Amino acid sequence: MQFESFSDFIAMGGYGFFVWLSYGSCAAILAGILIGSINDSKKLKKEVKAQMLREERIKKAKEEARV
Amino acid sequence: MWKWLHPYAKADRAYQLCNTLLPYFIVITVVCLVVGWVWGLAFAPADYQQKDSYRIIFIHVPSAILSMGAYSSMAIAAIVALVWQLRNAELAVIAIAPVGAAMTAIALITGAAWGKPMWGAWWVWDARLTSELILLFLYLGVLSLYHAFEDKKAAGKAACILAIVGVINLPIIHFSVEWWNTLHQGATITKFDTSAIDPSMLWPLFINIAGFAGFVGVISLIRLKNEILQREKHRPWVRSLVSRG
Amino acid sequence: MRVNHSYWQLFKAVYSKDVTLAFRQRAEIVNPLLFFLIVITLFPLAIGPEPGLLARMAPGIIWVATLLSTMLGLDKLFRDDYHDGSLEQMIASPYPLSLCVLAKVFAHWTITGLPMVLMAPMFALLMNLEPQALGATILTLLIGTPLLSFIGAIGAGLTVGLQKGGILMSLLVLPLYIPVLIFATSAIDTSSMSLAYGGQLAILGAMLAVACIAAPLAISSALRVSVS
Repeated sequence: MQFESFSDFIAMGGYGFFVWLSYGSCAAILAGILIGSINDSKKLKKEVKAQMLREERIKKAKEEARV
Repeated sequence: MWKWLHPYAKADRAYQLCNTLLPYFIVITVVCLVVGWVWGLAFAPADYQQKDSYRIIFIHVPSAILSMGAYSSMAIAAIVALVWQLRNAELAVIAIAPVGAAMTAIALITGAAWGKPMWGAWWVWDARLTSELILLFLYLGVLSLYHAFEDKKAAGKAACILAIVGVINLPIIHFSVEWWNTLHQGATITKFDTSAIDPSMLWPLFINIAGFAGFVGVISLIRLKNEILQREKHRPWVRSLVSRG
Repeated sequence: MRVNHSYWQLFKAVYSKDVTLAFRQRAEIVNPLLFFLIVITLFPLAIGPEPGLLARMAPGIIWVATLLSTMLGLDKLFRDDYHDGSLEQMIASPYPLSLCVLAKVFAHWTITGLPMVLMAPMFALLMNLEPQALGATILTLLIGTPLLSFIGAIGAGLTVGLQKGGILMSLLVLPLYIPVLIFATSAIDTSSMSLAYGGQLAILGAMLAVACIAAPLAISSALRVSVS
């Protein structure tokens, strides 16, 4: 451990603002693109499911109309 | 010799491959990033000249390396897509572009945050920072071009052409910016000399590079899966995949 | 009846058609030049007329204005042909598309780049450029403007089929223009200090040589994608 106390760790020898700005923005961007990509995949799967249900309903409606 | 690759030209096999590879990449990424960040922030010794602000190197250098690595991978995928007419390779180009742009943005922001305490200015027209900024424009150009097309097949091919033209220009741009910078540069800029870096700092740097590389891999795989799903929405294999859960 | 034409005849045909059409609409030629002149006029108004300052900034301003006016003219490089179907004819013809593209780019340079080279002395005068830098200015414009036409044509080819292709094309093409800008302004700066600038010119020449060969290929693939 290079730092004596937690407050030393945050202070980073006086450069705390810049170090935490860098690590913070990096974490934010990485998290942002990860969450965005996962949300895209969920949205796509939901769309496919909705389309399948829609087609089911249309098929049922056609069969009932025939009967 | 390359016959074993042929099945992966099909969308469903490529999707399965992404699924198979994803766990390994996730594990590498999480382990390397956690170990790398903790080591870099808390355990690596402070630099003699730069004290603790040098710790930014553990995200600045990996993101800069990966920004160029991702562009090269994009360009290779683009060449494969155009030469062998492979749709999956086109999709890979679009899958890699956003995370490459993210890496470039991180490199620029951390570079500025490091530059302020070191050089006294948030932004200097240093050769590397300027080249990195232009690289961001190239990434955004590929993405804008792809999204401007209605027909996604044409969009993919156009994006591949632009990616290849960009990669040819990349060394030219870097060389010309270095030239421009050495002509105009004052003598006050100090660069962190990574060749003389101490092993106690080198190891966390390598681990972080591996972690960032793994992250680029994870996001590229997830986005490639998304692009494949998007293109193949109406195919039965997608239907059965989605209904299985 | 002549069925086969030589490559040179094809080149001449496409080139003269484009140049003739442009001369019939004088505005096409004059407007980018006026834009160039206005941009150059704006800078002294913005930064003050002090001669020393203008002389220092002259190479940069002249070249940025060149980039912007070339960009203005690039949009119509392929657009008219795209809309009236002659682009499809060129792609479908048995003659190499690269050759037609080469002719079109050369015509574009004749219409936009060459007038800029000819008017360079006037712009140098307005910007109070050092007299010894005039030669370098003309030479860099002479080598650089065809290069700008080639690189810009790649962007024009990629975006010709798009609705709002104009601004997107500028975004794609400007990063690729940056090396040309750097070496050209460096050459003019060096010559204004009465030093040798052959190195920068040589690099510009090399880039032009590569562009002559590689750009038509890229432009052809881009056009095939846009028209498909």
